[in-house]
Amino acid sequence: MEKTTYNFKEVMSKPERLAPGHRMCAGCGGTIAVRTVLRALEEGDRAVIGNATGCLEVSSFMYPYTAYEDSYIHNAFENAGATLSGVETAYHVLKKKGKIQENFKFITFGGDGGTYDIGFQSLSGAMERGHDMVYVCYDNGAYMNTGTQRSSATPQYADTTTTPAGKVSAGKVQVRKDLAAIMAEHHIPYVGQSTFTSNFKDLYTKAQKAIYTPGAAFLNVMSPCPRGWGYESSEMMRICQLAIDTCYWPMFEVIEGRWILNYEPKNKLPIEEFLRPQRRFKHLFKKENEILIGQFQEEIDRRWEELRNKCN
Amino acid sequence: MAIRERLSGNEAVAYAIKQINPDVMPAFPITPSTEIPQYVANYIANGEIDTEFIHVESEHSAMSATIGASAAGARAITATSSCGMALMWEELYVAASNRLPIVLALVNRALSGPININADHSDSMGARDTGWIQIYAESNQEVYDNFIQAFPIAEDKRVHLPVMVCQDGFITSHGVENILLAEDIEVQKFVGGYEPEHYLLNASEKMAIGPYAVSNYYMETKRAQRQAMVNAREVILEVAARFEKMTGRKYSFFEEYQMEDAEYAVVIIGSAAGTCKAAIDEIRSTTGKKVGLIKIRVFRPFPEEEIAKALSKVKAVAIMDRSEMFAATSGPLGAEVRAALYQARMAPEVVNYFYGLGGRDITVSDFKTVYRNLETIAKTHIVTDMYEYIGLRREQKEV
Repeated sequence: MEKTTYNFKEVMSKPERLAPGHRMCAGCGGTIAVRTVLRALEEGDRAVIGNATGCLEVSSFMYPYTAYEDSYIHNAFENAGATLSGVETAYHVLKKKGKIQENFKFITFGGDGGTYDIGFQSLSGAMERGHDMVYVCYDNGAYMNTGTQRSSATPQYADTTTTPAGKVSAGKVQVRKDLAAIMAEHHIPYVGQSTFTSNFKDLYTKAQKAIYTPGAAFLNVMSPCPRGWGYESSEMMRICQLAIDTCYWPMFEVIEGRWILNYEPKNKLPIEEFLRPQRRFKHLFKKENEILIGQFQEEIDRRWEELRNKCN
Repeated sequence: MAIRERLSGNEAVAYAIKQINPDVMPAFPITPSTEIPQYVANYIANGEIDTEFIHVESEHSAMSATIGASAAGARAITATSSCGMALMWEELYVAASNRLPIVLALVNRALSGPININADHSDSMGARDTGWIQIYAESNQEVYDNFIQAFPIAEDKRVHLPVMVCQDGFITSHGVENILLAEDIEVQKFVGGYEPEHYLLNASEKMAIGPYAVSNYYMETKRAQRQAMVNAREVILEVAARFEKMTGRKYSFFEEYQMEDAEYAVVIIGSAAGTCKAAIDEIRSTTGKKVGLIKIRVFRPFPEEEIAKALSKVKAVAIMDRSEMFAATSGPLGAEVRAALYQARMAPEVVNYFYGLGGRDITVSDFKTVYRNLETIAKTHIVTDMYEYIGLRREQKEV
């Protein structure tokens, strides 16, 4: 099912499965993640889309309107994994009993709050049980729906509304949780980490693999938030490129336990390049905080080496 | 032909599940309901049913997955107790507002703290406002019968609400009693196949479930739920009538025991009704005093008018709560029954007792004391304490 060649024009002209008219912000990375992942469904394949509570849910399914072209279920904040595992199990038993003939795919979306934090247990359970579903985290690095509070996906030193940079604070104290690695340690058939690249090939092909690999699959998609990160919405693609070129957000996949690095920058850029355009890191560029940027760089380098070792 | 057996309450529920053969059962172990998923897992392991079991990692996920399965178009059930139900709390509301006909086998157990594994009704009473139909049982036979009736009630188009089938932890869940089981084919005919109208996996109709509803829409969903709960009243009685035809066993919103001429009445829920009946038999045969009992079967929807009518001739009533609600005035049953009496412009003497919390025994002798107290109250018209505990370790205060 995975196409050997990637034709950008052809992929982009597939019918949208997230209809326009939803109420997400202009320049939101979340909807781009959803549209790209859903584009990877073969035309004619049916799907049930799940969704944790968050920006995406409250903006795409406001009664009496839904933006989804497929059947869709939202339940609560912390249980997108469990909810879709119930749907997927119902599918298997109803199929076994001859009550449905059609094939369905199961994809659920959650933000980093609903995935790394409050929905972590539900996600872990669903992945461990091996339901034939894809969990997609659109990771924008904070609880954006409630107004940019820190999550365990928030990068260190980010200025959020619950870790504000102040006279005696340099933002979030802790480093981010590596959720894709944790999901890989569940020994599920497919884990992918991606973001938006100029031709969207990386995310699209990973979504294809995730959807059409039998069993549980997890996709972690860095999905920038112009309001929470503090950059002009037109800058999103540049921010994504800087994230991968500084190795802040490595793109990799883990197929049946085999780690594969999908992108290695020719010239690894210093982390300042990624931090500087974002308001949430503005305080790091004060004279007295230079040392923190150095520490940030050390953490990036350490993780990048660790990842490269896994991928060798 | 009915089958004579000896089963515990948990075995009886599991046996009913086997007969009904539901599509999906997500469940997480918790004492004293653990045996139910264990028995079901055994039926599955031996190919006796084709239910899919989901080994969820918590009760929150158990109810979440049950909701997912039900929304997808499957007949979905789960079982839990106490803290397990408390962990589901958020999801109980979602199940009801999504109008999913889920059946939950609840084995009543006290909520923490302190942690305690024995029977009281704090778990289900805590969930009384979630929008679920609640049906309680005195005996293993009633648990079995209620569980079978739960599906046609929940799935009726006039209702479409989840049903909680409650029994007292250990007292009935683990106590083995003689029981009459209906034949598989009879149960299957009674419950019928599950043919939902709207569901996620319907190939001919897409649907979306679980919207964000702003103030312009939220209130109507609640009003619609209330209507379903009102409709449930007639459906519960219709299903009971159909069940009586099948088994000869009669059910209603509550059971009246020796109420025809009763002057002193107890209103109670669950297994302690059996002990109360023993006290009634003894009092009536030794003293001829007119004592009776109302045993609530259906707590949601609450049969307000019917209860007031059943109490219309009594001089004094003891409403017995097996859970606290810390209103510092009454318990949940106490509040509902007193409201029913007020609405009916009736004013018998009323006292609200608390008993059996965390599995504390209540004895025939305790009930005899209750009836003695009612007699005194009826004579003196003095209720010294409206809000009294029975069977406390400290010297019991005279009422």
